[in-house]
Amino acid sequence: MEQILTQNFKVLNACRLNAYLGREGYKSLHKLFSQQSSQIIEEVKKSGLRGRGGAGFPTGMKWGFIPKDPGSPVYLCVNADEGEPGTFKDRALLEKDPHRLIEGIIIAAYAIGAREAFVYIRGEFYRPYKILEAAVSEAYANNFLGKNILGRGFDLDIYIHRGAGAYICGEETSLISSIEGKRGYPKIKPPFPAVKGLFGRPTIVNNVETLAALPFIISNGAAAYAAIGTEKSKGSKLISVSGHVARPGVYEIPLGLPLITFINEYAGGIRNGKRLKAVIPGGSSVPVLTSLEAKDVLLDYESLASKGTMLGSGGMIVMDESVDMVKALKVLVDFYHHESCGQCTPCREGSGWLKKIMDRIESGHGRDGDLDLLINVSDNMMGKTICVFADAMAMPVKSFVTKFRKEFEDKIN
Amino acid sequence: MTDDMNFTLSKEGEEKIGTLLKRYPSTRAALLPALWLVQDEAGWISDEAAEYVAAKLDLPAAEVYGTLTFYTMFNRRKLGRHHIEVCTNICCWLKGSEEILTYLKAKLGINEGETTEDGKFTLSTVECLGACGEAPMMMVDLEYYGDLTHDKIDEILKSLN
Repeated sequence: MEQILTQNFKVLNACRLNAYLGREGYKSLHKLFSQQSSQIIEEVKKSGLRGRGGAGFPTGMKWGFIPKDPGSPVYLCVNADEGEPGTFKDRALLEKDPHRLIEGIIIAAYAIGAREAFVYIRGEFYRPYKILEAAVSEAYANNFLGKNILGRGFDLDIYIHRGAGAYICGEETSLISSIEGKRGYPKIKPPFPAVKGLFGRPTIVNNVETLAALPFIISNGAAAYAAIGTEKSKGSKLISVSGHVARPGVYEIPLGLPLITFINEYAGGIRNGKRLKAVIPGGSSVPVLTSLEAKDVLLDYESLASKGTMLGSGGMIVMDESVDMVKALKVLVDFYHHESCGQCTPCREGSGWLKKIMDRIESGHGRDGDLDLLINVSDNMMGKTICVFADAMAMPVKSFVTKFRKEFEDKIN
Repeated sequence: MTDDMNFTLSKEGEEKIGTLLKRYPSTRAALLPALWLVQDEAGWISDEAAEYVAAKLDLPAAEVYGTLTFYTMFNRRKLGRHHIEVCTNICCWLKGSEEILTYLKAKLGINEGETTEDGKFTLSTVECLGACGEAPMMMVDLEYYGDLTHDKIDEILKSLN
């Protein structure tokens, strides 16, 4: 497969404009500006590109939700708040190929009619922030940003807005609240951001990886992108793999690659000759797979869904036979309890209850009925809150307890 | 907090706030960037500093506190000269973060949330920092250090003044 997102990862100084230009950087802009925005949206729809932040919503369709006569301004927000445990692919893009992101931002902004783009980058990403800031300055100095870009009559400003430590701000309406200077509370949908988003204006929020795929799609055409992957999961995806593999890191795969092939051939297999016990395929919030389930699953939206889990952010966490699944779940539950924003009762209270129950099970004080209680509390969180955070906590809890129940029972008895 | 009575930013910092206020259609949107300016200069955000920001942005102080206290990176107290933050989330845990934390506690003679007596180091734990491929990892003053071992930690601590 042709490398799309990672093609410059091994190029020296690819984060600098000169190196990027030497690699056909910003080439797509001439084609972009010679087309109507509606044609660009159509092209992206045809490419089959889906949001790479976790939800997997079709990108072109999302753009199409901007009202026909929106007035101005329309905003583009770039989600660089990568915080899903196990996910570190956007950081790689930000540090190694920031101009690809900027080129993608220009394409998306042109398509939706935005003249201002806000990059919301998590506060801990200081190094990527500095690299992106330098790349944005270079882009301004060479008229890829600012007024009348390349003399084609399109204006665009990019502002980088730093977060300050809150997992929830990766949720798109929470991200909007945070830019507005508020607590990162998610907002009820509808209205969707495309209709009423940042400062009450039509807004599109796109993930870094999604935007970074756009230069290839515009330069080479939707068909070239759609030729990669499966019929329904088109294109390439970054997988960031961590845990007990020999070669953790960020890899670009054609969607539809068998999970086991990925672990063995890309990530170097399970380290120290141990056996695979479990895989969380798409960031800590998606249901865990047992080694048996992982055996014949493909890394695409549909195949993972058929196993009851998700591709999510592509943050793959691999666990070998030595892992104590009770302790692993406790670590996750602590995280979600810490990060619940506290706005909705089922999540605020439910996350606390799940933590208390897991604390006592893990410390050897579990009670009869605790496992059913964990499931019951999880069921009462799912689908009952403003955003999907509650579901993101409930899914690992339910899948761990259900699939590794014996380990939990042994800890209680 | 007496030494932070009548908090003001440097002249340069005040100018930056002026620029921020023009960037967004609402002054409130300048709040996070303004709080970062304060923390970058002072190292933490005192009550006086929070009220200074409220006045600059023409916001009720309660709204500034509401936002400020929501975000974990804004320090509400003075920290040591270097802030060591160890990731303890799932991927780092799988690669031995508990042991890393134990080593740091013993080496520094403090628990998490504490500062060494000489005021040099504050030790904290953090949630996933998006560097799981280099687990176990930690952040010191916004710089990432991965693939940690005892030797590596010794070296890092030695390099900090």
